[in-house]
Amino acid sequence: MGNFSVGFNLRDTVQVLSLKGELDAHTASELEAAIQKCKDDGQYRIIVNGANLHYISSAGLGVFMAFIEEVRNEGGDIKIAALQPKVFNVFDLLGFPLLFNIVDTEDEAIHLFEKQN
Amino acid sequence: MAIPSSTRFLRKVRKFVVRHAIAADLPEKAVEHVKMCVDEACTNVIEHAYDGEAGHEVDIAIIIDASRFTVCIRDHGRPFDRSTYSEPNLVELTKAGKSGGLGVHIIRRLMDHVEYQTQGHVNEIRLTKYRNTNDVPIG
Repeated sequence: MGNFSVGFNLRDTVQVLSLKGELDAHTASELEAAIQKCKDDGQYRIIVNGANLHYISSAGLGVFMAFIEEVRNEGGDIKIAALQPKVFNVFDLLGFPLLFNIVDTEDEAIHLFEKQN
Repeated sequence: MAIPSSTRFLRKVRKFVVRHAIAADLPEKAVEHVKMCVDEACTNVIEHAYDGEAGHEVDIAIIIDASRFTVCIRDHGRPFDRSTYSEPNLVELTKAGKSGGLGVHIIRRLMDHVEYQTQGHVNEIRLTKYRNTNDVPIG
């Protein structure tokens, strides 16, 4: 699946997932596995950094929808940061800004988690 | 072009469609829309019409005329039953931990015209963008 990868970076108590490449029905399972790993590690405060994400289809968006309720039930959240405009447009088209914090930078997302403490 | 019924070929399809959409001088935004909708339609064919089974074929053809850029996607799987489709409710889907139903919604929102046809064992979806936005039918 050479055209998509997820990088892990722990910032204090927040797990940052940096997405790179194209997220479609083929590569969505990699994001699924990454969020599952966060869960397995008991890490429910998650930031998805989309600075290097060039494309997302509904299969990619579906991964966020599949996990968010469970993550929030555990007192955590998935916050989305640094999306490229054309990728943000897809989130926006489906009404994601109503359900998710989508912010311009990773630092802003960290700040939102700090405020929730 | 024809691809086997596997999501690993979606990227190849997107590249194919983008190349032709750019050559047809579609505006950048329309190119993005067509790329995404063809991806969604092919994903639906692979995952629903063929139930994720390998060994089938998805045919993708592009028709360009003076006013339209149309992508025809054909399969020999289970036809899409439009009567069972309802507009997805993001809040309800999320609460249920479900993620389906968004692809058709995206296609309906982003394309200028969408047509479904089944003849014999062949299903076809036609996705059209008008090359001149003044040609988009009102309503």
